[in-house]
Amino acid sequence: MAWDRNQMAARAGQELKDGMYVNLGIGIPTLVSNYIPEGVSVTLQSENGMLGMGPFPYEGEEDPDLINAGKQTITELAHTSYFDSATSFGMIRGGKIAMAILGAMEVDEKGDLANWMIPGKLIKGMGGAMDLVAGVGRVIVVMDHTNKHGESKLLKECTLPLTGAGVVDRIITNLGVLDVVEGGLKIVETADGVTEDELRAATEATIV
Amino acid sequence: MQKVYGSATEALEGVIKDGMLIAAGGFGLSGIPELLLAAIRDSGVKDLTFASNNAGVDDFGIGILLQTRQVKKMISSYVGENAEFMRQYLSGELELEFNPQGTLAERMRAGGAGIPGFYTKTGVGTVIAEGKDHKDFNGQTYIMEEGIFADLSIVKAWKADTTGNAIFRKTARNFNPPAAMCGKVCIMEVEEIVQPGELDPDHIHLPGIYVHRIIQGAHEKRIEQRTTRPRSAA
Repeated sequence: MAWDRNQMAARAGQELKDGMYVNLGIGIPTLVSNYIPEGVSVTLQSENGMLGMGPFPYEGEEDPDLINAGKQTITELAHTSYFDSATSFGMIRGGKIAMAILGAMEVDEKGDLANWMIPGKLIKGMGGAMDLVAGVGRVIVVMDHTNKHGESKLLKECTLPLTGAGVVDRIITNLGVLDVVEGGLKIVETADGVTEDELRAATEATIV
Repeated sequence: MQKVYGSATEALEGVIKDGMLIAAGGFGLSGIPELLLAAIRDSGVKDLTFASNNAGVDDFGIGILLQTRQVKKMISSYVGENAEFMRQYLSGELELEFNPQGTLAERMRAGGAGIPGFYTKTGVGTVIAEGKDHKDFNGQTYIMEEGIFADLSIVKAWKADTTGNAIFRKTARNFNPPAAMCGKVCIMEVEEIVQPGELDPDHIHLPGIYVHRIIQGAHEKRIEQRTTRPRSAA
């Protein structure tokens, strides 16, 4: 047993605190918007120039002038504001966004993050990921604990080109939750039905 | 001073040249200067360098200039939606300089504001920082990035008056204001040109000082990822 995508997103949702301005990445992080806890109000930033991102539009109401950072059509809310890309990354780099929840290919025990490039294979670009991890208050990674070959994605040292060095605060995987601390990763909790031994066995990084 | 031109082709006359550095607005296919891109393709100029967040898709946006091999180099943050781009890049026909998205936006803004270089913590410890000046401020390391001073800016706004005061619509604003600011000459295409006085001066997003030529036209405004929710959902 372990958490599925939605359970991982729900666990990440518990990181959200009332009043936060938050940026959600593409993939499982996008699902986190379905799991904002009762009584908690957060404002979602879309780095292409919007605060207060609403849900997907109803069919027939799509607006080509209103998209999120994944280029998907979205809607606005009563408190929405729009701004240009320089202003958007000014608030990211300036530390005004409290938290980013992102996917990753690899994270290591120093909090280094790799999520933008596989040399020779994937060369799409970093988009806003490098700015986000450098600038926001807290970086939470949500990803599977192992890759499709069963190898740990929580490493002693990242092998792929970095998105940021020493930037990750917390990692939520299908097996549990770990924090980046002095000397390695610290287990915060294990997923339903996962033992601490199983989580350790699936982790290459030093667990302290 | 007449800023309004009859067509994108007329607005490019005397401005567009081989080998130019062009800053283009838009994010994905949203808010891209689609009329000017088509006119640049038709002009036949080549060896262009584009500072643009994305490279369009194969048959829309900057992608149409890749098909005709008019682009020598892209300065972008994300080019993942364009198969022809990948083919040309992997075969060495096209140069690519990846910039983090916020660094690209700030490089444009800085260029327009007369700032040749600035320090940012974005990219420190990554390949982006290699060969760049590092400097510590208050115990944190930053790298120097340079302002972009483009030969030409091409942008898209929603409405502008005949003096170039412009208003953008929703997230179609994106890179358009910083791209407009950093060009020696800025050509703007809009959905509607109005008379001075029709736009509230307090609501102008980009003052006309940054805009040299304006055209009006019909826009396709293609949607890249059409995503909806069912009406039955709560």
